[in-house]
Amino acid sequence: MAEPSSTAVVGTVLGTTEEPETLRGYYRQMMTIRVFEQRAAEMYTKAKIGGYCHLNLGEEATVVGLMVALRATDYLFTSYREHGYALARGAEPVRIMAELFGRTGGLSGGRGGSMHLFDPQLRLLGGYGIVGGQIPPATGAALALAYRNGPGPDREAVMCLLGDGATNIGAFHECLNLAAVWHLPIVYVIVNNQLGMGTTVEAAAGEPELFRRGCSYRIPGQRVDGNDVLAVRKAARAALDRARGEHQPMLLEAVSYRLRGHSVVDPARYRSDEDNQRARALDPLPAFRAQLIDTGVLDAPAAAGIDAEVEQAIAEAVDAADRSPAPAPETLFDHVYATAVANTYQGLPGDPVVSP
Amino acid sequence: MTVISYRQALHDTLRAEMLRDEDVLLIGEEIGLFEGSYKITAGLLAEFGPRRVRDTPICEEGFVGAAIGAAMLGLRPVVEIMTINFSLLAIDQIVNHAAKMHSMFGGQARVPLVIRTPGGGGQQLAATHSQNLEVWYAHVPGLKVLAPATPADAKGMLTAAIRDDDPVILLENLALYNTNGEVPDGDHTLDIGTASVLKPGRDLTVVAYSRATVVALDVARRLDEEGISVEVVDLRSLRPLDRDTVCASVRKTSRAVVLEDDWLSYGIGAEIAATIGEGAFDYLDAPVRRVAAAEVPLPYAKPLELAALPDAAALTRVIRDTLDATRFAG
Repeated sequence: MAEPSSTAVVGTVLGTTEEPETLRGYYRQMMTIRVFEQRAAEMYTKAKIGGYCHLNLGEEATVVGLMVALRATDYLFTSYREHGYALARGAEPVRIMAELFGRTGGLSGGRGGSMHLFDPQLRLLGGYGIVGGQIPPATGAALALAYRNGPGPDREAVMCLLGDGATNIGAFHECLNLAAVWHLPIVYVIVNNQLGMGTTVEAAAGEPELFRRGCSYRIPGQRVDGNDVLAVRKAARAALDRARGEHQPMLLEAVSYRLRGHSVVDPARYRSDEDNQRARALDPLPAFRAQLIDTGVLDAPAAAGIDAEVEQAIAEAVDAADRSPAPAPETLFDHVYATAVANTYQGLPGDPVVSP
Repeated sequence: MTVISYRQALHDTLRAEMLRDEDVLLIGEEIGLFEGSYKITAGLLAEFGPRRVRDTPICEEGFVGAAIGAAMLGLRPVVEIMTINFSLLAIDQIVNHAAKMHSMFGGQARVPLVIRTPGGGGQQLAATHSQNLEVWYAHVPGLKVLAPATPADAKGMLTAAIRDDDPVILLENLALYNTNGEVPDGDHTLDIGTASVLKPGRDLTVVAYSRATVVALDVARRLDEEGISVEVVDLRSLRPLDRDTVCASVRKTSRAVVLEDDWLSYGIGAEIAATIGEGAFDYLDAPVRRVAAAEVPLPYAKPLELAALPDAAALTRVIRDTLDATRFAG
């Protein structure tokens, strides 16, 4: 198992001149993701959510660190494990939960579900259900940016998130190569939670230090402790600065540890008790809370107050999502095509194919 | 009207659309310096530069997917895949991504992408380089699949495809590039999703697309001299499919043969035959027949290749059989 950096978060907190309000904000965002995902798991067991449902539990520090490094003008592509990214990017929890419930108020109108959250205002250009499917489109988005503008500190950039397992697919390597030869403003971020479903990184990757996989393409790589929100933010900002400022594609690896199974239905029997203990020990949320309390940024009552407010907000979001209407069957053929053309067949099962 | 080749029509259309719209760019293998495997893009790198005529490494999944992402941000990429056989390397991006995004993201994403790619056998390119896989894409909702047979339609359909906001696959054909025909001057677009009756007739309808349409027209003209009146319906658009035009023709002629370059089972002809069976059953005087490729990986040796591919002789024989089967029908 690859060990995350042993740098203690408390040292990072003490070593910075962060505004306490900023740190409390990060804690609130991380807690929001934690609670949202716990409620999503609960809603899944109540059959309010169908299909696949992958949670960011254990990745909250990585999620928040990456999202606060992005500018509003940057573009984001993610994998299917993306509820937390949508939340931290600014999507209202009710709109994400409504999507999970398959309702019209959802981010994708109920047509995408958990794996396919999309919000053009937030420049969140999709969660993608196919492993690594987002990598080529993200690379092409960066091509569009480079097509329109040269590099500069005020330019837009693309962040493309992918899991450790996706570094083994061909498209990852094809696209790193394209980004290198075309000099694209993109940061590929490997969110390494150390397991691709049940397969360890060591069993799957010839170079298990995944940030080195850009070497063949002369793309600089860096590994960062994904449980350290400030370290993630710092590394992501630096990578984005080079991408936008120099059109130098970058590869960042944030190492954390998934707290639960691959998806909500996975009991993770392939993990040992020792693994689970280690995952709990690395859990970024209690650690960050303790460190903020230790350094006087928070006290226990203030932390409890934030927790209660987050619980309340997510509970209200769940209720509001449940009030959002389901799509009407009459809308089935909406959005199959953006440009209407003649003779698009819109028969339901059993309907005639030709009008008499 | 000007008489030009199918190749020239494609080239001129690409150039005209690039001049008209700065967001149109070309992406593909060997389209720039090499000027394209089939020279459709000849001269365009020199005229427009490497920003707009973008040579790629050999990575179909990567560059097709990148074109999808560029289209999501509002560019209008026209991708050349050297032959349709290589599109299989990009099929995840085409089928799982381009075709899905507008719908799956609730109408919030658009993918105004064109993929141009030639299919077709008969060039002794053997099994991996001679396929007609258009039905794989025509099967998928969210894609539009066009298959022009004439230089005029090549211009009109490519123009329409570039201006359309959905992913469009434009099927070309190696055997058509050097064919000539009259092409309207100036701006010329066609309605995607419409078939065309290229030659009216009374006795039998031949339904075809792409290269097969040219063969069908040739056969129909020769049979005219014998007093056999064949109507030729050129599908032009495989998705959407203009079923009404097909059925209207068969309701008039009462007999139909499909000529197609793809394999017979589950092919375009199967869809057409089922459509006619449902939409013109009471009008039929004979079973609908299909003339399609033999179901083998296409061999290299010329006699075997010729034996496998549908041609004018096979179509003529099946037309005669179909008419003969109904000679007592009154």
